[in-house]
Amino acid sequence: MKVTFPHMGNAWIVIQTLFESLNVEVVVPPFNSKRTLNLGTKLSPESACLPLKLNLGNYIEAANEGADTIVITGGIGPCRFGYYGEVERQILIDSGYNYEVVTLEPPDGSLLGLAKRIRFLAGTKNSWAKILMAMRFAYLKSVALDRVEDLIHAARPRLPNPALTEKLYEKAKEQLVQAMTEKKVKDTVAWVQESIRERQEGLNTESVKPLRIGIIGEIYTILDPFSSVGIEEELGRLGVEVDRSIYLSGWVGSHIFQGLAPGYRSIRSYSKHAKPFLPHFVGGHGIETVGAAVKFAREGYDGIIQVFPLSCMPEIVAASVLPKVQDAYKIPIMTLIVDEHTGHAGIQTRLEAYVDMLERARLLQESIQTREGVLSVGG
Amino acid sequence: MLGDDKYFLGVDVGSVSTNIVLLGQDNTVKEALYLRTQGRPMQIIQEGIRLLRSKIGKSAEIIGVGTTGSARQLAATLLGADVIKNEITAHAVAASRVNPQVQTILEIGGQDSKIIILRDGVVSDFAMNTVCAAGTGSFLDQQASRLGIKIEEFGHLALEAKNPVRIAGRCSVFAESDMIHKQQLGHSLPDILAGLCQAMVRNYLNNVGKNKEIRGPIFFQGGVAANPGICKAFEEELGQSIIVPENYNVMGALGAAYLAQEKVGLRQDIRTQFRGLNLGDTQFQAKSFDCKGCANRCEVVEITQDGKSLARWGDRCGKWSVIGVPSPGTRGEESKEEQRGA
Repeated sequence: MKVTFPHMGNAWIVIQTLFESLNVEVVVPPFNSKRTLNLGTKLSPESACLPLKLNLGNYIEAANEGADTIVITGGIGPCRFGYYGEVERQILIDSGYNYEVVTLEPPDGSLLGLAKRIRFLAGTKNSWAKILMAMRFAYLKSVALDRVEDLIHAARPRLPNPALTEKLYEKAKEQLVQAMTEKKVKDTVAWVQESIRERQEGLNTESVKPLRIGIIGEIYTILDPFSSVGIEEELGRLGVEVDRSIYLSGWVGSHIFQGLAPGYRSIRSYSKHAKPFLPHFVGGHGIETVGAAVKFAREGYDGIIQVFPLSCMPEIVAASVLPKVQDAYKIPIMTLIVDEHTGHAGIQTRLEAYVDMLERARLLQESIQTREGVLSVGG
Repeated sequence: MLGDDKYFLGVDVGSVSTNIVLLGQDNTVKEALYLRTQGRPMQIIQEGIRLLRSKIGKSAEIIGVGTTGSARQLAATLLGADVIKNEITAHAVAASRVNPQVQTILEIGGQDSKIIILRDGVVSDFAMNTVCAAGTGSFLDQQASRLGIKIEEFGHLALEAKNPVRIAGRCSVFAESDMIHKQQLGHSLPDILAGLCQAMVRNYLNNVGKNKEIRGPIFFQGGVAANPGICKAFEEELGQSIIVPENYNVMGALGAAYLAQEKVGLRQDIRTQFRGLNLGDTQFQAKSFDCKGCANRCEVVEITQDGKSLARWGDRCGKWSVIGVPSPGTRGEESKEEQRGA
């Protein structure tokens, strides 16, 4: 058995770790690329959302490397992703790929079904204790990964050479892939922190107050830089510090561990924040999107950008609520919709214009304040 | 009058038109060129510079350059720009400099349309058309030529309409078949044209204008603002008057010139990177290749001048673009240092 799985940003590092610590042979598909998307788009119904197209592309590319079993998470809400495991299985059969598909769903009533599937993947040699240990370690790694990612978010607008910052990020990810002990994982996070501090030495960091933008929206597109056309990196290059509503371990914590582990940037508080604007579950992460927008606004962020794949129903509901948040907190919210036709130039123009808008507003605010300062001194 | 002969150059290279504005130090527009891009941006920029040189005196000096539009990076490389800005900022800056009270800008260009909301002279919200080009200049161009009329006559004919017909404007393909249907039924040409104007305006307001609070004064700019039929349809639909500014068709370029003025003109320590008015006579070449470094297969573009590499872009990872001029948004300090050192 050779297990593969769909890509979603850095998730591969965690999934690979999980299977490798259980001695299950795993094929990491080639990273999401134009080729992946082209392969997947050919097999997908046109109206399906971007994640389905990329998933299928991943499986085909992984099949070329010998994978024969797919693991994918399922879901039980109105979001279509919940049944993509089954849809993908049938599409793959129709296209002549001989894949076994294992859908890991949140326990719905009985744990037995889930346990059976995990047992199937882990084989007979691993004890349940070992499986739980492996899951715990993979989870720790994913928290570390998220911390590294957030450190990079902060470093991008502050360090002078964007290419070197990206290199640091790549190197940190490589180290985390290799790390198989808790100490190594912790050391990597510390090393990234230290490297950033070193590079900041001699820079006048006091005067740099980057704009802060919160990224919200559909989980796959915001976690996967290929899908979001790299907007986090792009914003960083434009001098913006970004934060995100959902990180991988936060999602894993609430989704897979049913809230037993909070993960990085727990998503638990979002429904409370969303309540005045959206009190109902609308599927996917609609509530989290609205709740995170409220939270970012309250924390004094300069702007919020919502990203989702074309035709994503939960996010469309959220998008129609967001103007109310925008009015209530006087914070500009921009929505970007991505699909296989998304061009880099269009996104670039919008991001630049959006950042200009926030910057010019801040300059105006500052000039008014200094004038008032002068006046108060004079009076 | 020596010393008065200094100008800021603003260049807006869009899909349909390439606009060049020469802005005097007293904020008057000295020259405004509106040229068709015709899919050859490099040649048209050079042609524009040659044209400009023939129009201004020998003593004229360019003291700042700004570029905008979808080919802003290309234009910046050719000209040596001091500021590279997106179209939205450029249009907003131009409008608020012309009239600081402006609260809404409607802009319809060749292939895109946008709405910009300003409050107290600062952009507070904006939107661009996303997936569809229905209701932009190119569609009007195409329909005018199909009906055998000049685009310049389009609006005036529409104004003669007595009973504008109702046309589905959501999609340009359906709009066209709807128009043909109305023609076959025997409706007059002005009625059909006026109907098309109304459909375009409805489509614009439902798409880019969605959720936007449109307050006056309203500026209407971009090439399509030349069409009085569209202006009238906007006024009827919004119930407010529309102002078409004097330089409506080159507002992007004007904004770029103002931005260059902000950046270079008001400071003594920065000198322009403009590469000179004689660049119209040199040979620029563009070539592209697929990078095979990873599965993304980025199409990398390289611009050369007389065989010397000026810039590269198009790669996602920055492997190629770091060699030449930095990619958009990252005009680093290095190039400026070199300039000063030289």
